[in-house]
Amino acid sequence: MGNMDLIYGINGPVITVKNTKTFSIMEMVYVGNARLVGEVIGINEQFTTIQVYEETTGLKPNEPVEGTGGPLKVTLGPGIIDNIFDGIERPLKAIAVQSGAFIERGAMVQSLNEDRLFDVSVLAQKGQWLEAGEVYAQCPETSIIFHKFMVPPSLSGEVIEAFKDGKYKVNDVVVVIKDRLGKTHHLTLCQKWPIRTPRPILEHLPATIPLITGQRVLDTLFPIAKGGTAAVPGGFGAGKTMTQHQLAKWCDADIIVYVGCGERGNEMSQVLSEFSELIDPKSGKPMTDRTILIANTSNMPVAAREASIYTGITLAEYYRDMGYHVAMMADSTSRWAEALREISGRLEEMPAEEGFPAYLPSRLSEFYERAGRVKTLGGQQGSITVIGAVSPQGADFSESVTQNTKRFTRCFWALDKSLAYARHYPAVNWMISYSEYFTDLDAWFIENLGDEFIKYRQNIITLLHEEDKLMEIVKLIGLDVLPDDQKLVIEIARVIRLGFLQQNAFHKDDTFVSLEKQKQMMRVILHLYEKAKNLVAIAIPISCIEKLGIFEKLIKMKYDISNDKLELFDDYIKEIDSALSSLAEQG
Amino acid sequence: MIIDYIGAKSVNGPLIMLDNIEGASYEEVVYIRFEDGTARQGRVVSINGKSVVIQVFEGTRSISLTNTQTRFTGHPLELSLSKEILGRTFNGTGKPIDLLGEVYPKIKRNINGASINPVSRVYPQNYINTGISSIDVLATLIRGQKLPIFSGSGMKHNELAVQIVKQAKISEENKENFAIVFAAMGVKKDVADYFRRSFEESGTLGRVVMFLNLSNDPIIERTITPRCALTAAEYLAFDLNMHILVIMTDMTSYAEALREFSSSKGEIPGRKGFPGYLYSDLASLYERAGMIKGKSGSVTQIPILTMPNDDITHPVPDLTGYITEGQIILDRSLEGKGCCPPVSILPSLSRLMKDGIGEGYTRKDHTALANQLFASYAKVIDIISLASVIGEDELSSTDKKYLEFGKLFDSQFIGQGFDENRSIEQSLDLGWRLLSILPRNALDRVDDEFLEQYYQKSDNKLKL
Repeated sequence: MGNMDLIYGINGPVITVKNTKTFSIMEMVYVGNARLVGEVIGINEQFTTIQVYEETTGLKPNEPVEGTGGPLKVTLGPGIIDNIFDGIERPLKAIAVQSGAFIERGAMVQSLNEDRLFDVSVLAQKGQWLEAGEVYAQCPETSIIFHKFMVPPSLSGEVIEAFKDGKYKVNDVVVVIKDRLGKTHHLTLCQKWPIRTPRPILEHLPATIPLITGQRVLDTLFPIAKGGTAAVPGGFGAGKTMTQHQLAKWCDADIIVYVGCGERGNEMSQVLSEFSELIDPKSGKPMTDRTILIANTSNMPVAAREASIYTGITLAEYYRDMGYHVAMMADSTSRWAEALREISGRLEEMPAEEGFPAYLPSRLSEFYERAGRVKTLGGQQGSITVIGAVSPQGADFSESVTQNTKRFTRCFWALDKSLAYARHYPAVNWMISYSEYFTDLDAWFIENLGDEFIKYRQNIITLLHEEDKLMEIVKLIGLDVLPDDQKLVIEIARVIRLGFLQQNAFHKDDTFVSLEKQKQMMRVILHLYEKAKNLVAIAIPISCIEKLGIFEKLIKMKYDISNDKLELFDDYIKEIDSALSSLAEQG
Repeated sequence: MIIDYIGAKSVNGPLIMLDNIEGASYEEVVYIRFEDGTARQGRVVSINGKSVVIQVFEGTRSISLTNTQTRFTGHPLELSLSKEILGRTFNGTGKPIDLLGEVYPKIKRNINGASINPVSRVYPQNYINTGISSIDVLATLIRGQKLPIFSGSGMKHNELAVQIVKQAKISEENKENFAIVFAAMGVKKDVADYFRRSFEESGTLGRVVMFLNLSNDPIIERTITPRCALTAAEYLAFDLNMHILVIMTDMTSYAEALREFSSSKGEIPGRKGFPGYLYSDLASLYERAGMIKGKSGSVTQIPILTMPNDDITHPVPDLTGYITEGQIILDRSLEGKGCCPPVSILPSLSRLMKDGIGEGYTRKDHTALANQLFASYAKVIDIISLASVIGEDELSSTDKKYLEFGKLFDSQFIGQGFDENRSIEQSLDLGWRLLSILPRNALDRVDDEFLEQYYQKSDNKLKL
């Protein structure tokens, strides 16, 4: 099969073929005797340019280039979850079995385990008309996830044969359909999809349900919707990866796609070992049962890094089409942009800003637009939330990847180096971060948590902004000269910062906090503020209130009140009342 | 059949271009012979049909279009390896320069290596006790980690690296199993000598493999040097199951060599003229640290780089920081105050530390103590900047305590000197004694349990 031609030139991961009309753009090809996977990225009269997803050392001119006749595709079917793939959906565990601890080139492994048997129940019946996207069979894939087999988006027809329920492998036929033209199609347990084409949907739905992350600063101050997009920019050491890991562990999506794009190998092995030990709080099953990992570490071939983001989102779309809420973490999109730059440089394209190609913004927007809450072809509701880390050069947020990402995402969780230096994690800077989902989500918050939540949140934001202004003054003249009511604002803001915004990922209770507990914490802090403000108004010095130790107590309440004892918050309110009223009597 | 190609089509910087070549392979090694019998090594860096671009490691000086004969070897650059490389010294391309003759190869490896499959990696969790308080307590070095030292010209990074080598506990535990691979790229002769002398003094010279590309050696060789060193390190670690500490200095010179090579190839430059693939290239070096399932050896890297003009946003430290698992940053003003090793603790970080410390590794209170020290020291910096505006006298009494804490922290905790070797308990206890200068309610990052146990009453406090 396929078309053959010969290599002409080699330059890093880019090879050229001369005087050929054989290949089409974006076609997947096998390069050289080692059959390295590549993709056609440019065609002109003289040369066809191919980017190779593997190390090109040792390639020679006149070695064969073989076309596959179609674009780079991934295989979609059961066995994707709980697996770890490289950037072009080759399972790394299978590669390790084949070639050992070091990845060898030209590894030929199937994306999915073709020998594994699945307990399939066939839902389609003979004579039934199946539309595109309709479910014809299903099977349990992991302990939490039911895999639904859907008619590929371009297909529809009448079932002329439906096999019995039973154990099948991914390539076994379970249903045969006949389309309008009378052509028969054999439906197996898997299908292929080109990674650069979004899977079709019926319609987009508004983003009105929050993705609950259990991280106070995100849920309360900068919430993201299911189907939303967020950018997490931060210099090195600011905690991007930690934030992404926390989200992958605790957010309330059904399925997590974690793409390690050009990041550290040890981090991926940490994710692997940590996630297999962690238990998903919702289902009580191992975290890996809902996680798909895509690892293209920084020393793996750069072209595959470029593809890994698309592979990730395609897998996410496939599970979204089954009606799941999928959250995709991409760490980091800057590495992906750099891969684009590297390839673009090898193609000798005219660079735009900082050497990045001029099409960087359009590629970014294409990618982020694949997120969203949708009605699928099968009539289900599903969503993809994309959270992309950005690693700006020199931690300078004005560089082009950060700026362009900002344009196409609706949450901006800026990580701040100075907060990270003081080990304030998550180091989300509350002054420059933002979320555009406030209004979309307000209805949900009011319905589920009451009006107060929004009111509390607004008060907290106001206090933080006030503190920021006051700190400008304190920097110039010191804290002591401020009037007591302003000192109180600074003190309460300190309680908010240390007791509320700062969250300890390594503490068993504090690592994930329910919205209800978040609300109660805000309530207690604001209650203290109101009461203390009254005292300060009748000229009781703030130093007397500080002596009560009540501020310190509130800072530690995140640890002292365990997640299943929320009634204790009422005791705090009572304690504040009695302590402050006795102070008022003395004063 | 071996063919020698005579002459060249053009010479450009470190590159020569040859025409009418049949069957050259990408990255293949070539030998370029001169009429007087001397030879140089080179590597194929680009192929276009029958014309081939070759990078000459030793430089192209005195090459004309007619005076050379080029022979293609058919294989990529390989390093001869055996256990005998321990104690030997090589040049930047892996040729012995210590007059002890060639290494009899047990095996030959491609110096580019292959990437370690992430699923085959072992997540590093064993800490290395360096005996340096600032590193052990606040940026713990873990076996299998890559932890660079960010320094500047004229600062004492070499002394710090030597102190780590001398004091690292891995060297005492099982001496047989421990070795150092040292790669010098573009460093001065004195620096290389200093390292050699220090290895000699600590009695480890027989367990050191040195790859030297000094500042007057050919630049192109410099782009090969770290790859040779890491190939040797991987062989020792994963074939012979040894614990290897790789010291690479200076990564900035390496990156500059890469820039020179890239610009002579006519590539489109990225930031500050460095090639767009600098990140991938550095990653292909740094990612060669780690541990592998089923092997007991490890590769730990301590790359040293000098930040030009002490600028941490310069592409080399910036990209390095994005790849490595943390960084140790040296601070000129601390060194000026005589606090050595001058580790600037706030921006220094070890990403693997969180899982390698605490109960079962160091001590239960380690995490809390480290967090509190960071938080309190960050506050000291705020107060110093406030004091510089309103004057020290105007500070509140708590703030004055912070200043005292800051000064003692600099002089006692950080400034332990290059010769003192502290156990982890000593370092942790010192941390608690310093924190005890502050009022107890200012310590908001630690549980009461630890405060009860470690917060010192007035009698045992440190004094300025």
